[in-house]
Amino acid sequence: MVTTESALERLAALRLAAAAVPDPEIPVLTIADLGILRDVRFAADGRPEVVLTPTYSGCPATEAIRADVLAQTREVDPQTRVVIELAPAWTTDWITDEGKAKLRDYGIAPPRPTRAGPVPVQLGSRPAVRPAATDAARCPRCDSADTELISQFGSTPCKSLRRCRSCAEPFDEFKSL
Amino acid sequence: MTQSSAPASAEVAGYAIRLGDDALILSHRLSEWSAHAPQIEEDIALANIALDLLGQARSLLTYGGSFSGRSEDDLAYLREERQFTNLQLAELENGTFAVTMVRQLLFSCYQHELYRDLESSRDAQLAAIAAKAVKEVAYHVEHASTWILRLGDGTELSHDRTQAALEGVWPYSHEMFADDELARRIADLGVGPLPSGLRPAWLGTVQGILTEATLTLPDDDWKPTGGRAGLHTEGFGYLLAEMQHLHRSHPGARW
Repeated sequence: MVTTESALERLAALRLAAAAVPDPEIPVLTIADLGILRDVRFAADGRPEVVLTPTYSGCPATEAIRADVLAQTREVDPQTRVVIELAPAWTTDWITDEGKAKLRDYGIAPPRPTRAGPVPVQLGSRPAVRPAATDAARCPRCDSADTELISQFGSTPCKSLRRCRSCAEPFDEFKSL
Repeated sequence: MTQSSAPASAEVAGYAIRLGDDALILSHRLSEWSAHAPQIEEDIALANIALDLLGQARSLLTYGGSFSGRSEDDLAYLREERQFTNLQLAELENGTFAVTMVRQLLFSCYQHELYRDLESSRDAQLAAIAAKAVKEVAYHVEHASTWILRLGDGTELSHDRTQAALEGVWPYSHEMFADDELARRIADLGVGPLPSGLRPAWLGTVQGILTEATLTLPDDDWKPTGGRAGLHTEGFGYLLAEMQHLHRSHPGARW
């Protein structure tokens, strides 16, 4: 395929338009902050393609994001398509540092780093299906590291619910995935 | 759900549909807990787990349907009872909270082993779906094992109810590890693991949790089966009636 200068400029404009689309459930984050905007490219048929990956398999926001991205990018090029690719699977490690800071300011504790590599270390009889977090979850309000888990599942698939033992406030934490 | 991948072959399609049916039907069962769970956090947890499973079902059924030109909705809403190939375990009625948690423990631990294996499937789309889902299922395993420990090693009442739940659900666990013709073919193709090969690791995990929860492993006597061949328990027809009612009453409805 011939990639002319104007084509490159069009890709850059498309990328800019797609990157600015906010997450409908956490509107302080853009999809670029979240790390789910995987690529902007020309497909074999010459049409521009925006590649997204979902956060969770069942996240209902995926459909809304696809529609928003399509609306924004089609203003740049009406031929644009959005494709969803599952592999490689999204991880919270792809949330940018800026995204993590925005989450904290918004009152959501950012995800702790996941450790790649082999997992299974059996502790007692509990199945070690996820690597243990290496650092403490910090309260987004008072920054205390003295917090406890209320539930692994919260108001959206990507969040768990914790409580701060210092300031006593409950808060959402972005689950490490 | 629109995904970029080549259509599945006949065997892979059948395999994807059975795994998709497990996820879809268990998702529906769990969604029945909405507004009925013992505490609000648990209500939210069960709905979240149901949502994860529904997402996995959508990916698997979309892929499975690609062979025959059927959409995820065609498969979920327009098939009859005998055409569903989910495990009977997935459709078992919720019963007490203990029954639901035992079912969750036995199924999540199985699904975790299965998806971990499928991550290296020769089928790229199944591998992609599994690599994504395995991280979600890890949370389901944690959730179920935490509850089983709390219930089994809790009060006399919670212990007895959980033991009774285990006796009731355990027989249905055997179907997860039954090698039928399609499963063998899938294993020969390098697409998926032989179900029986997953049992030792599964049993190790489950036995460890049950023992710590002061629960007794039931005997392996009765081994009901048939879900993979479209034979289902009595409660399944009622589940389908509720799940498919809206779609069948208002074909093509959109909102």
